[in-house]
Amino acid sequence: MTRLKAGARHPVRFTLNGKAVEAEAEPRMLLSDFLRHRLGATGTHVGCEHGVCGACTVVVDGMLTRACLTLAVQVDGCDLRTVEGLAPSPDRLGALQRAFRRNHALQCGFCTAGILMSLDHYLSRHPAPTEEDIRDLLSGHLCRCTGYTPIIRAALEAAQLATSTEETSDA
Amino acid sequence: MKPAAFDYVRAETADEVLSGLAQEGGNARVLAGGQSLMAMLNMRLAKPKLLIDIMRLRELRQIERKAGAVVIGAGVRQAELLAWPGLAEALPLVALALPWVGHAQTRSRGTICGSLAHADPSAEMPLALVALGGEVHLRSARRRRRVAAREFFAGMMLTARGDDELIEGISLPIIPKARFAFREVARRHGDFAIVACAAMTTPAGIRLAVGGVADVPTARDWPRLEGSALDDALNGFAYELDARDDIHATARYRRDLVRMIGRDLIGEVLR
Repeated sequence: MTRLKAGARHPVRFTLNGKAVEAEAEPRMLLSDFLRHRLGATGTHVGCEHGVCGACTVVVDGMLTRACLTLAVQVDGCDLRTVEGLAPSPDRLGALQRAFRRNHALQCGFCTAGILMSLDHYLSRHPAPTEEDIRDLLSGHLCRCTGYTPIIRAALEAAQLATSTEETSDA
Repeated sequence: MKPAAFDYVRAETADEVLSGLAQEGGNARVLAGGQSLMAMLNMRLAKPKLLIDIMRLRELRQIERKAGAVVIGAGVRQAELLAWPGLAEALPLVALALPWVGHAQTRSRGTICGSLAHADPSAEMPLALVALGGEVHLRSARRRRRVAAREFFAGMMLTARGDDELIEGISLPIIPKARFAFREVARRHGDFAIVACAAMTTPAGIRLAVGGVADVPTARDWPRLEGSALDDALNGFAYELDARDDIHATARYRRDLVRMIGRDLIGEVLR
């Protein structure tokens, strides 16, 4: 058992979007701040900092996770995915991101990173969701400008395109 | 919105947790899924000197069906229990109530026992524990003990857990041939309940448990009442809960909800 002392910095290592990363954190440092300030991964946004708004949602070991309700030291050795991991390359968007763009599913973009992570996680496990499923999932996110209608439309379109692409590529 | 400083221990054995709690007592807090505690830390409503992370203890990650009960360890996440294949058959009330706990993004990490330790009066899992008459398994370096649900919740966000005690798990009885119903009213799905009700048939009659009104989830047992006798019983119960006005709802509205939801749910389980 090691006791990580308050006020001292301790090494934290994990895999971020497939790449090994390492930096130092005090025990009280939130994962959201660690990603942004220590690693410079500012795609994950910070809204309410008490788990309500969903802007900081990331995936830790396959679990949807509020980065603001998680300590950096807790994810030592874990596998993390953030919004930076969604695009296949820096000059291209992922399929879900393209659907967001087509459907005007983002405006200021503050909530978008978290919503994309929730939807990407959900659609990879539930490829044929209903509108009700998507609405239930989005209840864990707050969007204050676009409204949810175009976000739901984008999610359903991305799911539909993913399924139809699989079918044609199989043919 | 940043926590005050604390030491952090990632426990590898139960003994490490218990000795940490024995030494630090009220200055230590157990960290499981963090979905209640981390918010309390961020808002500095809690300022422990030591956090003991229990999520790497395999022995606390079990869901076990034992004689007449399901035992759920302190490390079992809400999403894991929701996905447990035996849930709907063994614990139908939990299957009904669990989707109302937070959101998919918080159930993925939040634990069942963490929600009980937090003891928010409007939370669903404390209500389910009281409705089913479950037990909380407490363990310290000195002893092990079990506390009945109705004695465990001592007040708003206050429990019978001693400072040196770990909630190891809970047991929820499997009640054969009972029927269950659950409903809650909140401004949005996933918000804290204004009123949440669970009803069940028991061998003796009916039980209604209510959360979100009194300081602790509260249950009442009645014989199979109908018509105006049921209305009178519900009205009496609604007043006994001593509802208060707050920013979310008036006391009168809460009493109305207890009467109306209670009547609907009891009708449902007796049908």
